[in-house]
Amino acid sequence: MSQKVLLSSEEINIILHRLACQLLENHLDFEHTVLIGIQPRGTFVAERLTKILKEEYGVKHIDVGFLDITFYRDDFRRGDKTLAATKTKIDFLVEDKKVVLIDDVLYTGRSIRAALTAIQSFGRPSEIELLALIDRRFSRHLPIQPNYRGRQVDAINEEKVKVMWKENDGKDVIYLINK
Amino acid sequence: MAELSVKHLLGIKYLNEKDIQLIFDTADHFKEVINRSIKKVPSLRDITIANIFFENSTRTKLSFELAEKRLSADVINFSAGQSSVKKGETLIDTVNNILSMKVDMVVMRHPNPGSGIFLAKHVNASIVNAGDGAHEHPTQALLDSYSIREKLGDVAGKKVVIVGDILHSRVALSNIFALKLQGAKVKVCGPKTLLPKYIESLGVEVETDLRKALNWCDVANMLRIQNERLDISYFPTTREYTQQFGVNKTLLNSLDKEIVIMHPGPINRGVEITSDVADSKQSIILNQVENGVAIRMAVIYLLASKIK
Repeated sequence: MSQKVLLSSEEINIILHRLACQLLENHLDFEHTVLIGIQPRGTFVAERLTKILKEEYGVKHIDVGFLDITFYRDDFRRGDKTLAATKTKIDFLVEDKKVVLIDDVLYTGRSIRAALTAIQSFGRPSEIELLALIDRRFSRHLPIQPNYRGRQVDAINEEKVKVMWKENDGKDVIYLINK
Repeated sequence: MAELSVKHLLGIKYLNEKDIQLIFDTADHFKEVINRSIKKVPSLRDITIANIFFENSTRTKLSFELAEKRLSADVINFSAGQSSVKKGETLIDTVNNILSMKVDMVVMRHPNPGSGIFLAKHVNASIVNAGDGAHEHPTQALLDSYSIREKLGDVAGKKVVIVGDILHSRVALSNIFALKLQGAKVKVCGPKTLLPKYIESLGVEVETDLRKALNWCDVANMLRIQNERLDISYFPTTREYTQQFGVNKTLLNSLDKEIVIMHPGPINRGVEITSDVADSKQSIILNQVENGVAIRMAVIYLLASKIK
């Protein structure tokens, strides 16, 4: 198994700032917009972006939620293991809001498909956008594309993209791992 | 991730501590789901579940059916009263006939102890015991412990007294297994005639003075007198039972501390507890019912994920 650094801490920081600016450009004061981090690891991206938007760009209030998609996945009983759920925390309705779904790595698109179904349990959003920190090109199983992408990566199926965060894994870094 | 150590839920006796923890953790997520504006998830859309009830039930049957529907399973219901069982069909034949309609899971209540275990040995489906005679009622015990955990933070170290007809109660036995497994201290309290002879061998203490028992405990689980199972007279009159083992507001208020009151339902108001106790803020009886759906969703979800 070999691994190489895809993005360093500085590069991640620059990309997050660019994504925050792009969000700001489209959503201004975030009054009608909610950010939804997809569990388990999209939540870190959502929290970082919120922090940047609030602290560096003076956005006063942003509704941020975490969405667990386990019960909406299409591979129930198809693998060897029981699918473990994580916490959903959405304390607001998404009715008539613009929803930005946020995930760390966009791969087959199946998680996003599940998230699109799951979010409807919280109301009918006026529109839904997708932000992915890493977009693994050419590996989609479904016709799903991000509106905001951090970095596009050509990775083959045997490779794995691993995103690590200071608050969870000790440092900010993204690896491309060859299994 | 962790998975259940069992393929069927036949009794708490066959579970380990990790299983219970996993069921509770999963139930936490389902509890959040059933409090959403849309209370349904699509997980079990290709699973069919038969609810087979050979004995009357309101709560358990509705709770199971609701849990199954909220997981998007297809559900068929069967009550023995209106069925070919009356014409002499055996249990295995009945169930196998239902299974040939491509059913994946059977939830069964039956008056005979061990009927779930018997069925699990002979038919090819995941079996959930929804009460088998005076033996076990595992989902009730799970939701009881889950409700204690929700109210008091933890089950370990808590003192629980189970009051009433311990002899005929599947709720009592399953609760004793579940509470002991999680490290709670358990006492049983009731007329001597309704306490099984060797009950102490399960690691519980016996107390025949209700006031002493209530003063000792954090939680009192009040069982119903199961008149339908009382083949002989176990106590002189219902009135006398109520005087000795019924909880009323005066008794509750005279205790040293505030205890939690539970009841698996159906309540015989004025017998084991009075109305003002059942409806008091110390009672978590309706929380138990709400948690029942979440617990059953968790059990069904975890068992269904093992069906290949």
